[in-house]
Amino acid sequence: MSQPRRLPSGGFIDRSKTLSFTFEGRRYEGHPGDSVASALLANGVRLVGRSFKYHRPRGLLAAGVEEPNAILDLQLGAHHDPNARATMVPLVEGLELTAVNASPSLRRDKRAIFDRFARYLPAGFYYKTFIRPKWETFEGTIRQAAGLGRNSATSDRRFYEQQGARCDLLVVGAGPAGIAAALAGAANGQSVWLVEQEALPGGQLLWRDEQVDGQPGHAWAKAAIERLRALPNVNVTVKLATQAAAYYDHNTLALTERLAAPAVGWGPERLWLVRAGRVVLATGALERPIAFPDNDRPGVMLAAAAATYLGRWGVLPGKHIVLLTNNDDGYASALLLHRAGAQVGIVDVRPQVDGALIKAAAVAGIDVLPGRALLGVEGEFSVTGVRIGAADTSDAKEKGQGFACDLVAVSGGWSPAAHLFSQSGGKLAWDAELACFRPARSAQEEVSVGAANGAFTLAAALVEGHAAGGGEGPAPVASQADPTYRAAPYWRLPVRGVRQWIDFQHDVTTKDVELAARESYVSVEHLKRYTTLGMATDQGKTANVVGLGVMGEETGRTPGEVGTTTFRPPYTPLTLGAIAGLNRDSRLQTRRYLPLHTAHLAAGAACRDYGLWYRPGCYPLAGESEAEAIQREVLAVRRNVGLMDGSSLGKIEVTGPDAAEFVNRLYYNELKTLKPGRLRYCLLLAEKGTVFDDGVVARMAPDRYLLSPSSSHTDGVMAMLEEWHEGEWPDLKVYFHNVTQAWATLAVSGPRAREVMAKLSTDIDLSDAALPHMALADGRVEGVAARIARVSFTGERSYEISVPTSHGAALWDHLLALGRFASITPYGIESLMTLRTEKGYILIGRDTDGVTLPQDLGVTGPLRNKTIDYVGRRSLFTPEARRDDRKQLIGLAAEDAASPLPNGAHLVERGPHNRLRSLGFVTSSFASPTLGRPVALALVERGRALVEAHARLELYHLGQRRFARAVEPCFYDPKGVRLNA
Amino acid sequence: MSVRRYNAFNLFRQGRRGQQDWAPAWRLPDPKPAYDAVIVGGGGHGLATAYYLARNHGIRNVAVLEKGWLGGGNTGRNTTIVRSNYFWPESAALYDLALRLYEGLSEELNFNIMLSQRGMMILAHSESELDMMKRSVNAMQLNGIDCEVLDAAEVRQRLPLLDLGRHELWGAMVQHRAGVARHDAVAWGYARGADSLGVDIIQNCEVTGFQTQGNRVTAVETSRGTIGCGVVGLAAAGHQNLLAQKLGFRLPLLSYCLQAMVSEAIKPVLDTVVMAPAVGTYVSQSAKGSLVFGAGLDLYPSYAQRGNFPTTQKIVAGLLEMFPSFARLKMLRQWGGNVDVAPDSSPIIGPSPVDNVHLDCGWGTGGFKAIPGGGWLLAHCLATGKHHPISEPFDLKRFTEGRLIDEGAAAGIAH
Amino acid sequence: MLLIPCPFCGPRDESEFHYAGEPKPRPAFAADDATWGAYLFDKANEKGPHRELWHHVGGCRRLFLMTRDTVTHRILETHAPGQHGEGQS
Repeated sequence: MSQPRRLPSGGFIDRSKTLSFTFEGRRYEGHPGDSVASALLANGVRLVGRSFKYHRPRGLLAAGVEEPNAILDLQLGAHHDPNARATMVPLVEGLELTAVNASPSLRRDKRAIFDRFARYLPAGFYYKTFIRPKWETFEGTIRQAAGLGRNSATSDRRFYEQQGARCDLLVVGAGPAGIAAALAGAANGQSVWLVEQEALPGGQLLWRDEQVDGQPGHAWAKAAIERLRALPNVNVTVKLATQAAAYYDHNTLALTERLAAPAVGWGPERLWLVRAGRVVLATGALERPIAFPDNDRPGVMLAAAAATYLGRWGVLPGKHIVLLTNNDDGYASALLLHRAGAQVGIVDVRPQVDGALIKAAAVAGIDVLPGRALLGVEGEFSVTGVRIGAADTSDAKEKGQGFACDLVAVSGGWSPAAHLFSQSGGKLAWDAELACFRPARSAQEEVSVGAANGAFTLAAALVEGHAAGGGEGPAPVASQADPTYRAAPYWRLPVRGVRQWIDFQHDVTTKDVELAARESYVSVEHLKRYTTLGMATDQGKTANVVGLGVMGEETGRTPGEVGTTTFRPPYTPLTLGAIAGLNRDSRLQTRRYLPLHTAHLAAGAACRDYGLWYRPGCYPLAGESEAEAIQREVLAVRRNVGLMDGSSLGKIEVTGPDAAEFVNRLYYNELKTLKPGRLRYCLLLAEKGTVFDDGVVARMAPDRYLLSPSSSHTDGVMAMLEEWHEGEWPDLKVYFHNVTQAWATLAVSGPRAREVMAKLSTDIDLSDAALPHMALADGRVEGVAARIARVSFTGERSYEISVPTSHGAALWDHLLALGRFASITPYGIESLMTLRTEKGYILIGRDTDGVTLPQDLGVTGPLRNKTIDYVGRRSLFTPEARRDDRKQLIGLAAEDAASPLPNGAHLVERGPHNRLRSLGFVTSSFASPTLGRPVALALVERGRALVEAHARLELYHLGQRRFARAVEPCFYDPKGVRLNA
Repeated sequence: MSVRRYNAFNLFRQGRRGQQDWAPAWRLPDPKPAYDAVIVGGGGHGLATAYYLARNHGIRNVAVLEKGWLGGGNTGRNTTIVRSNYFWPESAALYDLALRLYEGLSEELNFNIMLSQRGMMILAHSESELDMMKRSVNAMQLNGIDCEVLDAAEVRQRLPLLDLGRHELWGAMVQHRAGVARHDAVAWGYARGADSLGVDIIQNCEVTGFQTQGNRVTAVETSRGTIGCGVVGLAAAGHQNLLAQKLGFRLPLLSYCLQAMVSEAIKPVLDTVVMAPAVGTYVSQSAKGSLVFGAGLDLYPSYAQRGNFPTTQKIVAGLLEMFPSFARLKMLRQWGGNVDVAPDSSPIIGPSPVDNVHLDCGWGTGGFKAIPGGGWLLAHCLATGKHHPISEPFDLKRFTEGRLIDEGAAAGIAH
Repeated sequence: MLLIPCPFCGPRDESEFHYAGEPKPRPAFAADDATWGAYLFDKANEKGPHRELWHHVGGCRRLFLMTRDTVTHRILETHAPGQHGEGQS
């Protein structure tokens, strides 16, 4: 038989089909419905991994999300998942699985030798050594030994689905309590979401021999789900194989749904963000282990996990079972295993056990040893026996009495899975009666029910769930009277100085907790961080409470007094791809394209990202480099005429009776005196006085202004207008419209611009008298509503023509055709950078930094003359603003004209010991084809004085020196005659 | 007999004795009635202050008052990066003091803080970004900081998994002395060091008020009784404003949540710290094998110490934009710290409006890397009543004078 | 993830909003440096209920006042500027 541990019947698997898979290179078989863990166990595979620190052999401890040991690298075709948890991976055909962190093989792991040196490697040993010569001497070796699985070597650029949903009631967990809540909620008309991490509903009903409303529990659960899905007139969503991972503010939960068949090219998980009016947490409980020497050997398993493998997958993990328990529920697991044909003996650490329990066990033929515990385990790769002794044994030399067995089942009591509750902000309290932390005080619209609330019996779970769902009438009925549940706070064998495992993955033992207590790491967070308890990929689901219990014993406190660490999202590790969702590549940062984008591509544009916009840098001809293209385009603008798409430049209309008052309060420059039809170059300051933006402001009518913020600042300026209006000057009657995307704007610039414009069909008077520099007019161009402005960023005579966006491409083509006689040349933003630098026109954020004030740029008129309290004004008069050594904008003429001064070079002065001190830096530097020499702008301390002295300045750049003269920050046509040429 | 000295020999000897004899790393004392100096905040900065008060200035009658557990604030919640690649000379002097102290700290404290100077790279995605980076690198070189520019090929060689998709790679700036250190170890090392010099570290001791006489604090009221004091140092990170309120003044600080997260551990794939400004995320791999990553602040003020999902998503998306092969890795834990951010994102160190109270706060997202420096300088202020030359520019008065030290504005580096 | 009740649009997801600072009276130009510096830079930064301005940039684009608990993130009240008296919550 290929699956020696599989029983002939039972379990929720499809025995008619067989799936094959490999583990560590060997082929095995399983069935649909199996998890990787259940299939491995069915095949008798005991050894599934190695521990992180000591590389001890490990087997399956659990059957669900809490599994610490069975962490595997998974390969399915091209798909690779590192660190997959075997208990949560559904078995599919062709899976290739390998253990992590074992080399050369799982059985012969060379690092297993670490276990022999364990006594020299206590908790935190690395804090005490590797100090000399230094940590990095050892670090490389240690890093190679650390880590679990292997990352995929190939990029995964798939999108992962992400969806939002809202509902009245979100129930997490489709065990008895959760199903009862969902049924009740749906019955009274609420929209309900019911989510379950397992692929099947029912929770513990799937393996416990319990009945609800007269049906076997699992059948009741299945029928209830079908009933919920079929309910008319009610909005019910049931999601199986869906993990509620995180609980955020305002009752929003993140869920991940495992997709059986994701669309091609999409990732295998879907993330849901569900906002619920009310949340019912029916997340169940996790069984704890009990610590004893060598309790980490393969074949030591949680009792409920053994029963789960049996009930859910028809796998009997052992034939001769010793079951160690500190609570009543261990007996239930024992009975289930016994009935399936295993020989079971119970070791109960409690000296006094309820007679009824012992009787029930005796009736079934199970021996019970009260007041006993396990002193040790025989076997390395698989359990072969145990040693039994008194539960209060404190002498490490005590050997106990040997018993042969092939499985040790351990029930250390149950802990509510209160992780989501804690994430929601809820506070936990220690319940001494039940020996567990329970939800005590909710912080959001949420209630915990059933085992998640410490109601560990079926009847109580059904009642609580029903009530939480708003159920009227009777709750579903558990058919047999529930046993009571009592647990003793027995965490470990009270032998000190011996390794008893608490955190299996990270190899944290009782000895480590004892050491932490001795060394003052007694706070629960110190315990966690010093020993790494609970920091493994299972996040301490089985370890934390045991660790707290032991620390409590070491320091004379109850676990409640020790307290819990903060539960952090996610509940189970969450795939990064699923978190990112659709926010990949260009959807992460949306690119903005110019309305004429295709026209630019047709014109041969080399496009790049400039801030938010993807736009032409230049238009290289065939065989031409970008640098050559830029030089050619600059000269075309200077000598003939160029055409540029300026549509990304912001266009915000400010209208209303108080528009003039408003913009005048907002801007640094005087704007009330601006005449309709005229433009003014203005600075916009932040309230702390620094230059936030620059641009041309047009007055189109007495009550109508048009602002042109920089391309990247438009959204920010729009927000600023609204915030100042509503926050500071709500009495002003003024309205804002961001019309940037409504208009395409083309700039015709150069000495022959006028000739080109003359060919245009328009009713706008383009004469210099009617439309001088810094004026604008509305009218029609080629039969389309248009605006023409005389404004220049190149220093040449320029016309900016704005037409409705949909007409932009036609106008572009038309202008190229019209201007052919003058060799009209498209030019891009890179060319504009050279053109504007030749003129000394600044670019905000490049020629200014976050501390530049308007006076630093030499714009001092408003500072002297404008007396109203505009934005930022007061900040221009602080002691700092009035310092005489501020950085000011200057031009630089390189002493050697060989190449442009490096952008980012610093101007320096030499101090004592020839130490260099920065005076400022080169902000914009280009080779000027117009002038045949480099031009540069810089921000430099006392820059104006340096210009007046025509000072020779030393520059430092990445270890090299250059020299330059301070000059006026305008290299070309300083009088501006070409604007009207 | 108890063993204090940490070294391989003692570890070996204790191995044979069941590790039984190690002395407590620090005592758990009850507060005395009064101390010469009381430091509020038992994080890295507060503990370092106490250590340097004792070590540099011989002031040993010192208490550190910690509301919760020592090292439990931002010291234990950050992404463990240390660096001093700052633009302004004032910042460079401050953070390089810290980094230089870090470089000798394991030996000084006899506690391995696992300083790993793996370097930190900030990527440039365009020519103009690279130009801005050169502006920064030049400033840093002039400030005496070991920064340089790498070209794209050098970056790719160092980061084989880097795959930026539509973002171009033009190069990077790198500080080789930058790296990571084990955050808890820094707090514990200073705590152990301070304790051994006589400092009382009092945990679970919340400051509830101050007793004053004239413009001086005479005693600190706490959940564990009233404690008299000579001078007071406030180093309470996200809660500094609340302490200031109790003393009757305000600070220009706003508390935000800063998130960080770790993945499950994997075998080594990344041997440096990387940040891509285009996406804002930075990442390193811990010695244990986890990727540790984070980015900017959550979007509104908060004391909740738990990050919200939209920011988590943005950080993760940014990480995958740099390294798409990480998409199948799983996020193990995500958490939030409560950071106090000054308007210029630079710290406030030095005198407060109350005569014998000195401040060390406003570190924003950059407090961990500055711990030794912050402690050194606050100790100097407390011991001498005067600024150290390095802390002078970071005086609270700069907000009245407008003399901000705006690192972000100058260099485009997110702290 | 906050669900913010915009006084003009009703409850909307936080992604539509932009935090716009603490409401503060703006001193006149004649204010001394200390007053001006405090206006620019000092923060109430309350732990607990915190009065703040929010901007519904992804919706009506209006500015409104909100009182929000900075520890629990619970929203206690929102209203348009000018409605209700100062300090009411």
